[in-house]
Amino acid sequence: MYIIVVGGGRVGYYLTRALLGEGHEVLMVEKDAAICETVNDELGSICFRGDGCEAATLAEVGTDRADMLVAVTGDDEDNLVACQVAKYKFNVPRTIARIRNPRNEVLFKKLGVDVTISSTNIILESIEAEVPTHPLIHLMSIRDKGLEIVEVRIPPDSATVGKQVEELALPQGVVLALIIRKEHRPVVPVADTVLEAEDQVIAVTSPELEESLRTTLIGA
Amino acid sequence: MRVVIMGCGRVGARLAGLLDTDGHSVTILDVNSYSFRRLSADFKGTALVGNGIDEEVLKKAGLEGADVFLSLTQGDNRNIMAAQIAKHIFNVPRVICRIYDPLREELYRTLGLETISPTVVFAAMLKEKLEG
Repeated sequence: MYIIVVGGGRVGYYLTRALLGEGHEVLMVEKDAAICETVNDELGSICFRGDGCEAATLAEVGTDRADMLVAVTGDDEDNLVACQVAKYKFNVPRTIARIRNPRNEVLFKKLGVDVTISSTNIILESIEAEVPTHPLIHLMSIRDKGLEIVEVRIPPDSATVGKQVEELALPQGVVLALIIRKEHRPVVPVADTVLEAEDQVIAVTSPELEESLRTTLIGA
Repeated sequence: MRVVIMGCGRVGARLAGLLDTDGHSVTILDVNSYSFRRLSADFKGTALVGNGIDEEVLKKAGLEGADVFLSLTQGDNRNIMAAQIAKHIFNVPRVICRIYDPLREELYRTLGLETISPTVVFAAMLKEKLEG
């Protein structure tokens, strides 16, 4: 695959390195001459100096034959424009934008960006997962369906320990997908599966039902 | 008309003053309150500190009921993003966007934005002056 990475900051650098390692043809576009030089010294001549939002630059690097463009500069507006120019001028089939402001997710989708990655949300989710008292962790979101995959850990003193799945009054529309037990033995929950302390329950839910799912599972 | 202008530079401030004098209701946005020094002392409109690429800020600036939105900051991409929010999220009837880069201007014009490239306009004007 031919992949263009716009932005040579830390995200751009490590992304480019990883993609190169996977054997892809990668080109980085970066405005700053000094950054370009460093990247070219370290990764081989793969950095083109220029403005990745400019159609002239993108024409020069052969964007019309690119399979994907990933915009990972630190500014949301630059990432948006780079993706739109790639999509609407060069018909790049897949565009990915990094966003800082999580609220821009909906807007970018509406404006033609195929995938948005919110660094703020990802950092939040990772920290959330490390806080031991936080009983519900967001694992991933299936955005176009409005669903989330979450993990709920059953505390040992929970009222639901020893109960069967069918005894729980789970909210309509929530699906328990998997239970991971202490000895790393995953179980697909059925009606008579009994909850144990420290179970990690993986469930599919809509964001609105998240809270009632959590309270039902831990019996609080 | 209810007009919201993003960017209180020379053009933004001057336009705000002209429209205000004509009796329009003007709100002008800038990320830096120091820019508002460019507004004349008798400006009766609203000057608001905030970044126009933030939906919340635009809402506060009254975009929901605005007739016109103009993005006139120094950054092409900021102007483009704000103009698209105004057009596609707030459905402002008339949105005008300044884009210095002629190629980018051409692209966004074909995508349906009302755009002006000062670069193109000014170069054409100078050429006409020289060649008659």
